[in-house]
Amino acid sequence: MGNKQTIFTDEQLDAYQVRHLQLHGRYHELAPHLVPMDYTKDPDCKLPLALIVNMPELKENPFRNRIVESFSEDGMGNLSFNEFVDMFSVLSEMAPRELKAIYAFKIYDFNVDNYLCKEDLEKTLNKLTKEELTPEEVELVCQKAIEEADLDGDNKLSFADFENMITRAPDFLR
Amino acid sequence: MEALKEQVEEKKKVIATLRNQPWRMKRRLVVLKEAQEFVERFEGALGKGRGRKLYAFKVMMAKKLIKFKRDFENFKTACIPWERKIKDVESHFGSSVASYFIFLRWMYGLNLVLFGLMFGLVMLPEILMGLPYGSIPRKTVPREEQPTAMDYSVLFEFGGYCKYSFLFYGYYDHERTIGLLQFRLPLSYLLVGVGIFGYSLMVVIRTMARNANEGGDGAEEGDFTFSWKMFTSWDYLIGNPETADNKYASITTSFKESIVDEQENQKDENIHLRRFLRVLANFMIISCLGGSGYLIYFVVKRSQEFAKSENANLSWFEKNEVEFVMSLLGLVCPPLFETIAELEDYHPRIALKWQLGRIFALFLGNLYTFLFALFDEVNAKLESEKSIKNSTEWIYNQYHANYSSFFNTTDVPPPAVHPADVIRGPCWETAVGIVSNIQVTYLTILIGDFVRAVTVRFLNYCWCWDLEAGFPSYGEFDISGNVLGLIFNQGMIWMGAFYAPGLVGLNVLRLLTSMYYQCWAVMCCNVPHERVFKASRSNNFYMGLLLLVLFLSLLPVVYTIMTLSPSFDCGPFSGQEKMYDVVMETIEQDLPAFIGNIFTYATNPGLIMPAVLLMVLALYYLNALSKGYQQANLDLKRKMQMARDEEKNRRNNKDSTNQVMKDLEDLLPNKSLAPPPIEEEPPPDVVIEKGSKSPKTKPGAARKGVNLQKDVSLAAPNPRAPVTRAPGPRRGPPGNARGPQPGPGRGRGRGGPPRQ
Repeated sequence: MGNKQTIFTDEQLDAYQVRHLQLHGRYHELAPHLVPMDYTKDPDCKLPLALIVNMPELKENPFRNRIVESFSEDGMGNLSFNEFVDMFSVLSEMAPRELKAIYAFKIYDFNVDNYLCKEDLEKTLNKLTKEELTPEEVELVCQKAIEEADLDGDNKLSFADFENMITRAPDFLR
Repeated sequence: MEALKEQVEEKKKVIATLRNQPWRMKRRLVVLKEAQEFVERFEGALGKGRGRKLYAFKVMMAKKLIKFKRDFENFKTACIPWERKIKDVESHFGSSVASYFIFLRWMYGLNLVLFGLMFGLVMLPEILMGLPYGSIPRKTVPREEQPTAMDYSVLFEFGGYCKYSFLFYGYYDHERTIGLLQFRLPLSYLLVGVGIFGYSLMVVIRTMARNANEGGDGAEEGDFTFSWKMFTSWDYLIGNPETADNKYASITTSFKESIVDEQENQKDENIHLRRFLRVLANFMIISCLGGSGYLIYFVVKRSQEFAKSENANLSWFEKNEVEFVMSLLGLVCPPLFETIAELEDYHPRIALKWQLGRIFALFLGNLYTFLFALFDEVNAKLESEKSIKNSTEWIYNQYHANYSSFFNTTDVPPPAVHPADVIRGPCWETAVGIVSNIQVTYLTILIGDFVRAVTVRFLNYCWCWDLEAGFPSYGEFDISGNVLGLIFNQGMIWMGAFYAPGLVGLNVLRLLTSMYYQCWAVMCCNVPHERVFKASRSNNFYMGLLLLVLFLSLLPVVYTIMTLSPSFDCGPFSGQEKMYDVVMETIEQDLPAFIGNIFTYATNPGLIMPAVLLMVLALYYLNALSKGYQQANLDLKRKMQMARDEEKNRRNNKDSTNQVMKDLEDLLPNKSLAPPPIEEEPPPDVVIEKGSKSPKTKPGAARKGVNLQKDVSLAAPNPRAPVTRAPGPRRGPPGNARGPQPGPGRGRGRGGPPRQ
């Protein structure tokens, strides 16, 4: 409508219903030579992982690699624009809790097997504490976490366990 | 036809919930397109026959409405003021500091509404339709004050022209109606004054309720300590390296603390020592509070004596002693409390709450001492007012008698005295307003941090030890001090708004400047806290404090409205016995008769008592209901826990049974043909097994109750994931299974777990 830049057709804008143009601006400035300005023909271009994790919002996050990987279709962290929009919409404050829980599970699942097993927890912990804890402490914490949250007794956390635990957390929404 | 309609509805629902599905964007777009096409195609068809145009019209209006709502939502989000600033602060300092700014912004919104009410319904009518300045005595500066009325020092103290302006109570005329529209100013004044409290109350309680609902199901703190620490401790909004480093450090510390807690549950002597230290700390703090309360009382009494003596002989210090002492206490006591609180050794969030509570008690003491002093002053003014009133009446009667006897008429014109020369009663309400104004401007804590930062930064070049690393270094943002300052400031506003309508406007300006100033100051003069902790539930704590302060500031105002009689020559209620007589007057004269009757019946004690009783009973019932729900919650939790334990037990039993069985069978000779113990057929789910260290894992065994049949493609196609079927079916032909199974007794019954 009106005389906006013709980056997207009206139908495309309609379909997305989010702050599309701003996100496109951010995506574009990550790699101006790669990203076309005209999206009306639905071009197929992907940005590599290394570029995306340098965004200021993600730079300090210990899980930035996992975040980007879990939104990318090929699992290697290359995001097309659609996936980029997806990532930011889930990370935003407006996303519902269940959606966040699902993606949180994906992020913490380092070996991508649909379970949070002990190695996943160990890796999470080490990233969180920058490896400052001794191995015994790491072992204790992971053991206790599994004890607390594991409902079906298989010694790893399935999505249902994780969801049950995380939806009760008062601090979760961030 | 019906089926078609249903399908269209379904597709519409899919479109609406599309955002909540964790699908890939492409898939979402494809589904969306499909659904939209379907809806468009068939929606037209549904409207066949009569009413087709109407149906199409309705559909179009619905679409337009949705689009409009969406645009409006976007607009509203874009309109939230200062959002970017607050996010900046949040990424540097964490969410607890940002919660202060969010609170400040909320407060600003509240004050804006109050100001709108006050301005629109009270100040504007008086300015536009009331008598101008200088026309009647209450609106003019008295003759003796006129030479100094424009002096800066007088204006600064809100005297002079300020005092006799629309900013204060005394300016307003008591005419029942003013102007063309017959606007009833006194009534509006009273109702707005009460309405301010009502609105504030409603908004605070609504915000508290909303915060409480968002607080989650309220699982107990101890339930998931480690899991929560692991998965929710990282603050995803942090974008600054220094803060991130702090966050890492604090997460590590918090883990270590929990580990130590876990390992040291049994130490007894520490508990006694800790309890003793806590009692000692509380004792010291209570004595501090008592001391400060007495000090203020003493100083206020002295200032009253000073006021009685000659004003000119007092030094500056003696004149401003009260404010000086109060500011001093406000600066010295909070850090003192913090150092004493080190003895207590609480988690920082709990320590913050205690600190807030103590400072609150400190300010409360100050507030009430100040109120009592003020009350004494008001009483004194009332006394002097009586004498002035008597003398004025006497003079007026004299004049009347002289005039009629001189001119021999009974039609006596009012005395031709210039308004500035008329004897004026002391207007106690304005005095209260002025004092409130002064109090508000004195509550500034902003200066301290800035001065500290400047000294550290610039003196560092020429000082012996490293100012930045050691003492005093840069200050951390003092959340509790600032929050309490804000809350008490608001309390003052509430108390003073009735007597000084301009106060609310002043406060709006103050909050605005404070927002910009503090955002800037925090970024340039403060460093992030050492222990970066989350704000989470503290918001309701602030709201609770605010509610308490609201009630406390409501009391004096209501008391004065109900019991004290207004001054006889200033303000909108002059001439009445009590301020609320205005309402009675309005009911009698303006409203039809039967409403008056209704009010008379409604205020009958016989009706009010049963109403109060009913409310008490309703409270009791709701309380019992909520207790019942809590109990049901506990029971359900317990059941879940039992089910979990049972599951684990059963698995244990299986293992041990298997072990026993295996031993038994080992003892039997030549029994390789015996069928192995029946294991259940594994469900045909995709079961993924990693190298599991614990022997209890039985992937093929019953995984009841956990059915992961969600329509979610969680895992990207990843070559690393070994997707294996359960080894159970491999044991098809009996006897085969046990042959090639060597091995430790546990974990048998599997065809050897496929290791990665």
